[in-house]
Amino acid sequence: MSIELRNVTKRFGDVPAVSDVSFTVGEGELVALLGPSGGGKTTVLRMIAGLEVPTSGDLFIRGQRVNDVSVQQRNIGFVFQGYALFKTMSVFDNIAFGLKIKKWKKADIADRVGELLKLFGLDGLARRYPHQLSGGQRQRVAIARSLAPRPGVLLLDEPFGAVDAKIRQELREWLVQLHDDLDVTTVFVTHDQEEALEVSNRIVIFSRGRLEQIGTPREVYEQPKNEFVARFIGVMNVLELTVRDGHARVNELSFPAHGAAEGRTLRIGFRPYAVQVSSNLGEHRHRATLKHVYFLGVLLRLELETPSGLVIRARITKEEFSRLGLEEDREVSFQIREYRVLSREGDALPPESAVAHQMSYAEGI
Amino acid sequence: MSSVARSRPAASAKSQRGAEESPLVKWTLITIALLFAGTFLVLPLANVFYQALSKGFGSYFRALVEPDTLASIRLTLLVAAISVPLNCFFGVVAAWAVAKFDFKGKALLLTLIDLPFSVSPVVAGLMFVVLFGLQGYLGEWLDAHDMKIIFNVPGIVLATLFITFPFVARELIPLMQAQGSDQEQAALTLGANGLQTFWYVTLPSVKWGLLYGVILCNARAMGEFGAVAVVSGRVSGLSETMPLRVEKLYNEYNAAAAFGVASLLALLALLTLGVKTWLEHRQSLEMERSQEVEEPSTVSHPL
Repeated sequence: MSIELRNVTKRFGDVPAVSDVSFTVGEGELVALLGPSGGGKTTVLRMIAGLEVPTSGDLFIRGQRVNDVSVQQRNIGFVFQGYALFKTMSVFDNIAFGLKIKKWKKADIADRVGELLKLFGLDGLARRYPHQLSGGQRQRVAIARSLAPRPGVLLLDEPFGAVDAKIRQELREWLVQLHDDLDVTTVFVTHDQEEALEVSNRIVIFSRGRLEQIGTPREVYEQPKNEFVARFIGVMNVLELTVRDGHARVNELSFPAHGAAEGRTLRIGFRPYAVQVSSNLGEHRHRATLKHVYFLGVLLRLELETPSGLVIRARITKEEFSRLGLEEDREVSFQIREYRVLSREGDALPPESAVAHQMSYAEGI
Repeated sequence: MSSVARSRPAASAKSQRGAEESPLVKWTLITIALLFAGTFLVLPLANVFYQALSKGFGSYFRALVEPDTLASIRLTLLVAAISVPLNCFFGVVAAWAVAKFDFKGKALLLTLIDLPFSVSPVVAGLMFVVLFGLQGYLGEWLDAHDMKIIFNVPGIVLATLFITFPFVARELIPLMQAQGSDQEQAALTLGANGLQTFWYVTLPSVKWGLLYGVILCNARAMGEFGAVAVVSGRVSGLSETMPLRVEKLYNEYNAAAAFGVASLLALLALLTLGVKTWLEHRQSLEMERSQEVEEPSTVSHPL
């Protein structure tokens, strides 16, 4: 079931929580709403559910405008952040609730609940109460409950927020599996970029109530539209440069920028993996001291400091690290393989985007 | 009553074991607490029953079945039967409004709910006399339409409603506030309407608190003296509730009968206390259970 938001704005009193947001979620997609807390993502989710009413703009579910359709009639399943299980009801009654409300026959309810208990690995827990379940079990009961009446859309608010790190990973994989099996359009809210990248087909990134970017995990990672997205998704080095003599410069670093207005400042960003490091001082153009090495398992993060004090973060594999014979506090040479010109958070790309295009073709800086 | 007095020192003795208080301090405190409770709570209460039965069971029952006394018992039950359900309804509505919604005047409503606690019952009674009495604002109109509120049952009910106004609401508001509205919202997303949500989700989760509020409300409704005394006119057999009857009998030097009726009220108090203790026990059990944090087990069957 497709979802569309058209210029949706939500204010609480005078405070705008969501400003002029438009995007669509295709039938059967698994979409993450990502952003820092207070970014408006939960409000968007609640508006889709019908738990909040947009101040202005239109909301469509499968082509039908639902602004005035009540939450009960939207045919959605909603999983709350703290799960909001009915604590006076058993697991069975929790899952059966939506079906009882819809006046299903008793035998049908028993069948459907039994089917879901099995699907969710909750066999044998039907008579337990929520307080007798573990965090992961509670979450699965909450999802089973929301799916019982066969909703067209599944909405989850921070589905992994309340479980510990160990089972988080399992639950992520499980959610992807579940989505594949059930083929239900799914939208979930998260503040964890790693989770969004790993789980979703597409990511909608919010900051301060505005939509910053929408795209596949790969798109938002490799082509962040602005600095906010770049910094929020993964690690990014950001440099502020000034154009002089056809080059964009900061301290001892310079990048060719033909045709850019003299004296203009611009910002560029590059991922740590785009930084090439060598212990051979003649190999690359720039010099720096290797200040710190952080072990992240297979990957290592290097912190370089140029003579003028700019800090550059690089990432290489363990094998590369030992091959290159790098050591802390030794001088190294480096170059930046690829980078992007960034606009400020929420801004459109600056008029120099033509320059950016040129610059991204400049090689071996 | 006596069971409460006994359980207190037991609890304090337990808690002080770790603090290494000297036995002298410990036993002095326990003795004072016991003596105090005994002198001011147990003794007078026991005396009520002793006095009531001083002339034997026969005269005890004769005192209770005396027509005016029977009428007062009936009236008290009637007043409670009307005011308790009404306040129960109001309390749930008010608690729901305060706990689940934000609106202008919420603070005012909360203050108003507390008003009967801070107003002297006599003043409360007088307010109704000023409003509905013959010399009151609505007195002439009521008289013209042949409606008698003051010195009649409706007046007593009104005064009782006013006095017992806060009990259910005050009990439910913190409970509902603590629970938030997540479960209700979940019910809505599952297709339940407001009434279904209330019936299946909200009510079961506050049932013990509600029952507790109702018990307290009932005890007060049956025991209220001041406000009812002002509005009732105290006509024996007509507008006299049990507390009023007790005083009248006592003033008529009919001590045994007065204590007889009083013993009924005292029994009610003991019963209320017993039910209250049981409910608190139930509630704390449920709280403990809901706070139990089990080790999250790993997902053994991810599909």
